[in-house]
Amino acid sequence: MIASRLSLFLLFLVTWLAIFAQSQFTGFRDTFAIPFSIVPALLAYTALTHGLGITTCLALLSGLWIDSLSISPIGVSSASLFLIAFGLQFRRHLILREQTYAQFWIGFAAGFLAHFLILVLLSVGPIEPVISWFSLWKISLLGFLNALVCPLAFVLFDTLSKTFDYHPIASLNFRADRETVRGRHSRNH
Amino acid sequence: MLKKPHYIAIGGTLLLLITLMNLPASVAERFKRGIGLSFLPLFGLRSAASSFLDRASFQLIPRSALIDELIRAQRENANLQLAHLQNKEILAENSRLRSALALPPRSPLKKQLAQVIGRDSSTWWRTLRVDLGSRDGIKPNQVVVTADGLVGRISQVGLTHSDVALIGDAECGVAIIIQKTRDQGIIKPGQVGDDASGQLDVSFLQNSPEVMAGDLAMTSGLGGIFPAGVPVGAILHTRATEGGLFTTARLRLAVHLNRLEEVWVLSQ
Repeated sequence: MIASRLSLFLLFLVTWLAIFAQSQFTGFRDTFAIPFSIVPALLAYTALTHGLGITTCLALLSGLWIDSLSISPIGVSSASLFLIAFGLQFRRHLILREQTYAQFWIGFAAGFLAHFLILVLLSVGPIEPVISWFSLWKISLLGFLNALVCPLAFVLFDTLSKTFDYHPIASLNFRADRETVRGRHSRNH
Repeated sequence: MLKKPHYIAIGGTLLLLITLMNLPASVAERFKRGIGLSFLPLFGLRSAASSFLDRASFQLIPRSALIDELIRAQRENANLQLAHLQNKEILAENSRLRSALALPPRSPLKKQLAQVIGRDSSTWWRTLRVDLGSRDGIKPNQVVVTADGLVGRISQVGLTHSDVALIGDAECGVAIIIQKTRDQGIIKPGQVGDDASGQLDVSFLQNSPEVMAGDLAMTSGLGGIFPAGVPVGAILHTRATEGGLFTTARLRLAVHLNRLEEVWVLSQ
């Protein structure tokens, strides 16, 4: 139980650091004209591997964290991220989540849709953001970034889980007192 | 098929988000600041790491390079002192003329140096965050500049930090004037520009054939936020708008907005 709490703590910690990095990596923003926004990919990983409660908590909290470092109205990012995470969590039994190509496309869809929904919600708000056809290119790039990050998130958190979580050794079914001993010199003979 | 936990998650989240989105602006702002406080340790760590790296890099600079830099700075200082003397004369003359014309004297602008500590985490705004807040006396709409020219204005103020809406952001339009021809125009808020090369469009310029590439654009002082005479950029080219009533000009900003590290916040 303690070990799984540690995994959860690491998941929230990585998300928190990723959001801080999003506002700090100016080099990435200068090069690709997009922020280093990988939260949708982390959320996709969470939705596919954790329960509804954890997924909802992470979606809401990460959205609030993102909005606290932005001038966007509070709750806009949370709403978009929750919709994506809930959709994935609800239909995750239909997704081949252990396949890398599935993780790639889920990451792309999560990144694309999350940022598209944020843009739609901001557009109906009091201050309209800067939108052009270039925005579509930006959203696609963000989708691609998340597509790359999503399989890496699976690898990273699986490795962390294997390293830090407690995995009990599978007990053998062998019992010495139930052993059937055969042959001429056996005790049962 | 949706089950009970799904309904609870959807209902709870919707309730929370609707409450948050309908909070009064001041409460929402305080709530945002409260959540933003969770990043304070990281901001502190970043600042400490940055100053440590700076100090470490200073140790690596060779003595000869430092001496060259010192000589260059001394020469620049001498030139600036000379220019300052001339400017003092011009200033005195200007105030004499203003008093002769019964114009009110211009109050000098105070300035505070601020360090850029982050960019907007969202993709859709042109803002950055500086390390001065309400405890440093910062208020909304204060003008932000560098030695090269205009950066933007303070849009939101927190206790220890403020958000700066950069030129061209949805919350920052600027009225400009061409220094040579005195033609006036507007950099509209929320306009699409070329972020990478720092170019924006100036709208509603008069159809003046005298506006040419290379002409300097400055703030006109109209609108009451930006003081007149702050450099904004240089004209790259002009084109007539549909209908031919006005001209639109492409402007290269004087300040590279993506590479800001320190800025000045002006106050009256």
